[in-house]
Amino acid sequence: MSLQIIKGGMLDTIRDEGRFGFQYAGINPGGAMDVFSMRIANILVGNNMREAVIEMHFPSSVILFQQDTIIALSGADFTPVINEVAVPLHKPIHVYSGSILKCKQLKKGARCYLALKGGMNIPAWLHSSSTNTRVGLDGIIGRTIHTDDIISYKNEIPQSLHQTTFHILPWMAGIKWDFSSIADDTIYILPGHEWGRLTDEAKKDFTNEPFRITALSDRMGYQLEGKVLYTDSKEEIISSAVCFGTIQLLPGGQLIVLMADHQTTGGYPRAAHVITSHLSKLAQMKAGDKIRFQLTDIKTAEEFLVKQERHLQQLQLACSTRLQEYLNQS
Amino acid sequence: MSDTTGDDSSNIAGKQIKMLEEFTYQIFPLGDSAATVQLGNTINEAINKRIIALFHHLKNNPIEGCREIVPAYNSFTVYFDILIIKQKHSVGSAFDFVKRKLEEVLAIPIRYTEKESSLMRIPVLYNSDGLGFIAEEKKLSVEEIIEIHSSVEYRVYMSGFLPGFAYMGEVDERIAVGRNDKPSRIEAGSVGIAGRQTGIYPFHSPGGWHIIGRTPLKIFDSKKEVPALLQAGDRVQFYPITAHEFTDY
Repeated sequence: MSLQIIKGGMLDTIRDEGRFGFQYAGINPGGAMDVFSMRIANILVGNNMREAVIEMHFPSSVILFQQDTIIALSGADFTPVINEVAVPLHKPIHVYSGSILKCKQLKKGARCYLALKGGMNIPAWLHSSSTNTRVGLDGIIGRTIHTDDIISYKNEIPQSLHQTTFHILPWMAGIKWDFSSIADDTIYILPGHEWGRLTDEAKKDFTNEPFRITALSDRMGYQLEGKVLYTDSKEEIISSAVCFGTIQLLPGGQLIVLMADHQTTGGYPRAAHVITSHLSKLAQMKAGDKIRFQLTDIKTAEEFLVKQERHLQQLQLACSTRLQEYLNQS
Repeated sequence: MSDTTGDDSSNIAGKQIKMLEEFTYQIFPLGDSAATVQLGNTINEAINKRIIALFHHLKNNPIEGCREIVPAYNSFTVYFDILIIKQKHSVGSAFDFVKRKLEEVLAIPIRYTEKESSLMRIPVLYNSDGLGFIAEEKKLSVEEIIEIHSSVEYRVYMSGFLPGFAYMGEVDERIAVGRNDKPSRIEAGSVGIAGRQTGIYPFHSPGGWHIIGRTPLKIFDSKKEVPALLQAGDRVQFYPITAHEFTDY
């Protein structure tokens, strides 16, 4: 019971929510960039939301399902096809043995998540299956996925003898959790500890001017290009912990947003922090995209996160019932 | 773990800590899901000892909803789960709740109970390019630099940058040099100096520290239960070895 990588993608890795509890030793969490989409994909196939999935970047891997399983895709739209027929995101798909998944074209977003019913057999290191390419781990979590990798399914589902292709199940996960009218390019932030160092003009520019994500952007961080931001103080900062979403002000007056593979500590001024519920949105932006930052408060940040979580829980309830009904019938 | 506050040296540390309890601290949010506690505004051993004591205390007595704690030179950061905290404490923000809990912890005197850390001795083959640079910059002989670097007992103040990378201090002023302007490619095991800090690169990596030698020790081993050789609070001393000893190690 496994899938086979027929052709490795550019940067496909195994991710779960991340490796927590070891940042004191300099080990970053390194979880999925877009945890929200990772969870949606898991929910659609009836998994625990925290189950490890494949995080794909474009061009992504070509995957052969050697036996029947149920999959779901969420996050970026890479124009996925199975056996050359277009398939949608955000719907469970019953794929039969011999089916081949590939992605044709990057349409929208930056990272697409593939979940498999029951999960995959992936080794864990320090309680997480998120890939870390730095520390010399054995097996698939020590590197990117490549051609000829075989990943086995954790669970079997009843195998169909007659089907040769795939079947899209007739329900869909709504991914909209926030019904306020926030523009697509707007990211909410909270002021950082050194926000007050910015000059009045820099503070205005921070939230009024767009910032472009440069090519120097990856899972560690996004370097931004925009108005140069000046400070009133150049006082040295003693290194301390940072987090996913911390926006640091570089000495030249440019910004960098720390992402999922960020270093655990930093010594640049913490100008601001992206609110947790907007990290997923940010994770789907890529080089060339423009961001507009808008200041908010902790109360709003928490309300958004609670709303996002409630949406996921309701979705999980609805999807698991429908999936169970489907499996009982077949 | 053993309580070392009984002996004379720790009594001195005890007094310093007492003073620090009256020392100003601030608690500020690091985004919506983390809080940083900062003690004072300098790097010094007494403050760092207090930080490490609080780190261990909070690891053993976790605040509800907190997922991890990361100590640094003069601060530690607590990462918490908003959803867990909001479920039970609906008044105020999760940050307010964590801040209140942290204030309670900061109000109680926590003694610094250091690991019975026998001094960790680290072999170094001193033969790298940074020696020449420091010799020229500081008008010292290579032998003098090696002697100065290896005669001091260092303290690990924190880890960061790379898995298992320990920031150690304090480097003698006589051999303290600023970072390279341009980062270069640095081999695993390289021992470097940046200002009053010294450190060992656990992996090959770009880096800006001046490299003065290499250790044959494995600084980070992902197969071990505790992968990082050095932890905040450890005491370290380097000793020179020959090229022969390095290859035979």
